Amino acid sequence: MGNKEQLLKDIGIVDFVLVDMGLYLDTHPFDRNAIEYFNHYSKIKNQMEKEFSMKYYPLRKDLAESGKEWRWGAAPLPWEGACV
Amino acid sequence: MWSYEKRLQFPVNIKEPNAKLAQVIISQYGGPDGEMSASMRYLSQRYSMPYREVAGVLTDIGTEELAHLEMVATIIYQLTRNLSMEEIEKSGFDKYYVDHTIGIWPQAAGGIPFNACEFQVKGDVITDLHEDMAAEQKARSTYDNILRLIKEPDICEPIKFLREREIVHYQRFGEALRITQDKLNSKNFYAFNPGFDTNEDTANDNADCGCNH
Repeated sequence: MGNKEQLLKDIGIVDFVLVDMGLYLDTHPFDRNAIEYFNHYSKIKNQMEKEFSMKYYPLRKDLAESGKEWRWGAAPLPWEGACV
Repeated sequence: MWSYEKRLQFPVNIKEPNAKLAQVIISQYGGPDGEMSASMRYLSQRYSMPYREVAGVLTDIGTEELAHLEMVATIIYQLTRNLSMEEIEKSGFDKYYVDHTIGIWPQAAGGIPFNACEFQVKGDVITDLHEDMAAEQKARSTYDNILRLIKEPDICEPIKFLREREIVHYQRFGEALRITQDKLNSKNFYAFNPGFDTNEDTANDNADCGCNH
């Protein structure tokens, strides 16, 4: 697995933490440990997505700052098997 | 509003096409207990929810279901790419192929098209949350049925992930129901639709529940 594939896989893992913890917090809004956990991984996910978008291709449109070619349109589509 | 991320919630990388399995798994795209029903049900039910926490759960689970819809579509896409005409004919995929080639169209395994009648928006928080909990169990049973039909690990892994999420969502909807019941008259939860009836007196425990007992 190359660096690109590894980073994309790690983003998926960290994002899953946020999805699952976010749902838990919807019904447990005063759980301080869960809030700290969420805040911690939220920062990490933002950094990883920025790094991935700069090195490879933008995962979100707001990270698609482009030069000569519009980078968002050139990025691979998830169903093609790019998500390892 | 929504924003899109150009990646799957869980990786899908299927090596061998299999048109027979694609015809079964498509039920979780557009079938009665599939991800399209799930996402549209929760996202549509939000507006008549009287409690912000419950509308929040519906928004977040409904959004996650859209990511699952994309995963199921990806599984079908990868199971049907590079199919030969012979495989299309032999697998029974020819009936789907004649109308859609190998495009992804929402239908049940038996060919019945997606229909909004597969879910309900009753506009009553107790009624809708019970439907949502049942829907998660129905989807879990469907994934269990699918898992009995497949052996290939590259298809099983994303299906197992989706099955597990149904169980987590069931738990969260159960908690949303408890949050709702804490705000209602414990003598009779059904005396009053808090999103529609405006008589606040019947909502709390001390008031007459209206049942004449």
